[in-house]
Amino acid sequence: MIKLENISKKFGDVTVLSNVNIEFLPEKTYAIIGSSGAGKSTLLRCINLLEKPTEGKVLVDGVDLIKEKTQLTKIRERIGMVFQSFNLFAHMRAIDNVAFALIKVKKMSKADAHAEAELQLNNVGLGHRLNNYPHQLSGGEKQRVAIARALAMHPQAMLFDEPTSALDPEMTQEVLKVIQKLNHVGMTNIIVTHEIKFAQEVADFIVYMNNAEILEVTETKTFFENPKTQRAKEFLSNMI
Amino acid sequence: MNINFSPIIEYLPYLLGGILVTLQVALAAALFGSLIGLFMSLASRKGGWVKTLVKSFVDFFRGTPLLFQLAMFHFGLPQLTGWVPTPYISAMIVFSLNSGAYMSEVLRAGIESIDKGQIEAAHALGVSNKDISFSIIIPQALKNVLPAIMNEFITLVKETSVVSLISLQDIMRRYSIVSAATYRFFEPLLIIGIIYLVLNILLSNLGKILERKLSYD
Repeated sequence: MIKLENISKKFGDVTVLSNVNIEFLPEKTYAIIGSSGAGKSTLLRCINLLEKPTEGKVLVDGVDLIKEKTQLTKIRERIGMVFQSFNLFAHMRAIDNVAFALIKVKKMSKADAHAEAELQLNNVGLGHRLNNYPHQLSGGEKQRVAIARALAMHPQAMLFDEPTSALDPEMTQEVLKVIQKLNHVGMTNIIVTHEIKFAQEVADFIVYMNNAEILEVTETKTFFENPKTQRAKEFLSNMI
Repeated sequence: MNINFSPIIEYLPYLLGGILVTLQVALAAALFGSLIGLFMSLASRKGGWVKTLVKSFVDFFRGTPLLFQLAMFHFGLPQLTGWVPTPYISAMIVFSLNSGAYMSEVLRAGIESIDKGQIEAAHALGVSNKDISFSIIIPQALKNVLPAIMNEFITLVKETSVVSLISLQDIMRRYSIVSAATYRFFEPLLIIGIIYLVLNILLSNLGKILERKLSYD
């Protein structure tokens, strides 16, 4: 459903993505891994055009997002995103954070939106936190609200941008458990992560990036047993 | 000590009547100034020539004295345009524009204080720019800069005292009329000083109440 064609991204003189091609298949889970600065987050942010590629095409269900600007918000509605720094709306309670886009974008009634929000927050184990403001929640709880907020839109795909990098090990586990439950329930999941073990557990494919390029997209089992590229072998041996 | 309120007493209702004039100008300026400021601060987010235009506007109204702006509008421009506005109209327009310039800077600071992540998250959810402005940015920006806004309103109430230049009968103007009629200075000054003080203390308490209402702790 999501296809990136010849994507390049430059910030001034710095090339962050260099001629990247990849297709994400429906209902599969992809983990994007690689060293810091390899371009993982930028690649992810190009998918819903939070970052506009300098060159190339972003195709979602055949729609060229860069050309067809009017389609952008419609497409974004169908692609959920979870950020490293949570990005909850600071002036809204947890339940309103989740219900907001349901009301404004999906045009649901307030009552329906709140019912859906409550359901989604229950699913991430936060049924007791509905009326708390973001600053009253722990990091792990914030991230679970953010996940519930994205899931409430019933997206076809979820993008996770280092969802646990700002969390301590314990909170990391609680968030990873929630993400794990989303595996193979009908969505494409694309996860940028430094949690290599987690990637190994949940991903169908590993996207290994280095130096602004995708070096390989390999089935997870194969990648960890026998990566195609020498650079990936070195990366893995440094991990263990 | 030479204090005697008795010649002043009969003028007291007249002095107090100035409150209405002062408040009318200040309220109009607060209202229209806020709208102008809000519009300019949102418009200049887009950058480009709009931003340059807003900046020139702000530079002019911050860079010249209010008294000059008032004189220019009320005495200067009619010479060119032939249109002679009433003192009320001149006062309200000049104060609204002036206050708009300051408010746009205050609100710009408020808008910039909101972390970009929230706006990105809203974009990622497919929320429209209009909803992002009115439901995410403005409520938080207002809360962050409310003390500065109240400060601007208080300044406004005090600065309206320059409208006596164009013979609008505000509190300050009425003082000069009363003192000219009675040859007393201290007593009417004391009275109008207290009037300004009470007005602004009320305003500042209103601000405190609003701050409490808008907080989400």
